[in-house]
Amino acid sequence: MARFLIRRVFLGAIVLLLITMMVFAIFFVAPNDVARTLAGRQATPETIALIQQRLGLDQPVWKQYLTFLWNALHGNLGYDYYHQVPVTTIITQALPATVSLAVGAAVIWMLLGVLNGVVSAVHPRSVADRALTGFALFFYSMPTFLLGLLLLFFLYFQLSLAGFPVFPAGGYIPLTENPVEWFRHLILPWLTLALVLAATYTRLTRGSMLDVLGEDYIRTARAKGLTERRVVYRHGLRSALTPVVTQFGIDLGQLVGGVVVTETVFSIDGLGKTAVDAINQQDLPVIIGIVIFAATAVIIANLLVDLAYAVLDPRVRPH
Amino acid sequence: MAVAAADSSPPLLAVEDLRVSFRTHDGVVRAVRGVSFDLAKGKTLAIVGESGSGKSVSTQAIVGLVRGAEVSGRATFAGKDLLTMNAEELRRIRGARIGMIFQDSLSSLHPYYRIGWQIVEMIRAHDGSVSRAEGRDRAVDLLRRVGIPHAERRVDDYPHQFSGGMRQRALIAMAMALGPELLIADEPTTALDVTVQAQVLQVMADLQREFGTAIILITHDLGVVAEVADEVVVMYAGTVMERSGRRELFYRFHHPYTEGLLGSLPSEQDVRRRLRPIPGSPPSLIRLPKGCPFHPRCPYAFERCRTDVPPLRPVYGDEAHLSACWLPTDPAGREGARADAGVTAEARGSR
Ligand SMILES: Nc1ncnc2c1ncn2[C@@H]1O[C@H](COP(=O)(O)OP(=O)(O)O)[C@@H](O)[C@H]1O
Ligand code: SF4
Ligand SMILES: [Mg+2]
Repeated sequence: MARFLIRRVFLGAIVLLLITMMVFAIFFVAPNDVARTLAGRQATPETIALIQQRLGLDQPVWKQYLTFLWNALHGNLGYDYYHQVPVTTIITQALPATVSLAVGAAVIWMLLGVLNGVVSAVHPRSVADRALTGFALFFYSMPTFLLGLLLLFFLYFQLSLAGFPVFPAGGYIPLTENPVEWFRHLILPWLTLALVLAATYTRLTRGSMLDVLGEDYIRTARAKGLTERRVVYRHGLRSALTPVVTQFGIDLGQLVGGVVVTETVFSIDGLGKTAVDAINQQDLPVIIGIVIFAATAVIIANLLVDLAYAVLDPRVRPH
Repeated sequence: MAVAAADSSPPLLAVEDLRVSFRTHDGVVRAVRGVSFDLAKGKTLAIVGESGSGKSVSTQAIVGLVRGAEVSGRATFAGKDLLTMNAEELRRIRGARIGMIFQDSLSSLHPYYRIGWQIVEMIRAHDGSVSRAEGRDRAVDLLRRVGIPHAERRVDDYPHQFSGGMRQRALIAMAMALGPELLIADEPTTALDVTVQAQVLQVMADLQREFGTAIILITHDLGVVAEVADEVVVMYAGTVMERSGRRELFYRFHHPYTEGLLGSLPSEQDVRRRLRPIPGSPPSLIRLPKGCPFHPRCPYAFERCRTDVPPLRPVYGDEAHLSACWLPTDPAGREGARADAGVTAEARGSR
């Protein structure tokens, strides 16, 4: 187990290294006029050169990269080009909004997806199955931004117009500041994210559950005289959940790294929106910082998924 | 007499005209087509037949374990029809009064739960007054009785930590936990090697004696049949071809299909072997041949066999020995037919 962990951490580090190289390469292949933008319209070439020197942009790319790596290893991801705020600060400030969005949505999509999937699998080809599968397919094929905009149009715009301003247009209120407003501001973004993802989980749970319900040990469970409820949940769902949990870990890991579309549609200043803004401003340190953070989140999520396997399935547990 | 029907007491299980069919994309699969048999308390009934002949489906249909099928007929167990019972009544009988064991012990146990836990779960499903601790003690005791060494420790093992023979014994322990009146064992030893087979059969026999359990044993192994069966049902293409006491089946079989299974001349030594393959393969259960379902493969087949379905009827003047075959039902006539068909029968025998 320890060897497995060490191997995975080592592999993760290599992946991170490759990712940072790629981001550097992409950034410097594209024309870079950060210094000019910062210097303003009437800047002299001297001013621009000075700014480039201050940001380290006059150094060769490989040197910039090594400097960046050295600092990163010491927990310093650099400063943003425009306001000289530490990138780590930018990330920690944006993180709570993204985590709130991702975790809240996760609760909804898991409940919806898994329950729908079980009902569909227990009564395959029934009216309920067809309705739920159709429902899942509808949201599955809908782009996130479209669903977000539709929810905004009907539940914010039309409802407010009709005199019921139940939902805000967007924005994020920290949980610590006002829990009720936090909740109210997140409902629509949660629904947007959860409905699109619930579809995947409905299909995944249904398929997995159908496979499991055909297993011999399910027949044994019935032969033992267990109630159908116990057969389905305790014996069926328990096994069927393994692939679902895997997918869940991977999805959650990705979302924690930034929920670009949903954050943008609902003007939530999370990691996704911050990354998009940074790209628009060619703010390299921020971009790289968020990319590293997102990649780390995915790598850790994958590691946790593998560990979860051992918890869920005694056959892969060391005895 | 090998047959309980002569007895005045009603049989423990009476299956009458059991039919099971599945709707599939290719058509209706008639997996079981009018199967009848009786089983007296404490006796052992063996069901033999090639794979696909409906042995598993018919026994599982009796206890409501075949899903998505149309089931008809009667299966009277201790005076009540299992097929018309509501789900909850049947659930109470399954596990408690009718135990079941299946062929593949690894896939038949839940991979995520400990062996002991799975036994306790079953006990508690039928008797909520049993505490977890009591249930565990009983599980240890059961495992010990079926010969699991260090049962008090192994009770906490997962199925994959057991050997195949141990798992099958654990399944027997589970099926026998509540002292059922009937045990349905579907090829319980097929996946095991010979010595382990013998041990597992011994465990079943011991428990049968202790609880007075009747057993339906589905098997491919004629040696097992010769050893443990009181009565035998021979199935083919979803119907009963021949039904009789064990001795009658081995020494005075009537049906050509039984003859094919046994080989041409069974002797006491010869009996100890698996079913011999019969040339050809079973018919499609969606489009069955007209007449006798065995006629395309039967060396005795004659005109009538191709048009009329032979009924299951007494042969050799023995009301308890039934055969579904148009051949003469007197010993001399049956022997004569054998001689007439000699060439083909010989050809088959020499394969
Ligand atoms: N769920 C099902 N759907 C369609 N056909 C089935 C189903 N289950 C069993 N059958 C068919 O029923 C027939 C009898 O099967 P089975 O009872 O398992 O045979 P045996 O146990 O004698 O080997 C086989 O031809 C099998 O293909
Ligand atoms: S009825 Fe005819 S075909 Fe069928 S087993 Fe008897 S002899 Fe053979
Ligand atoms: Mg079978």
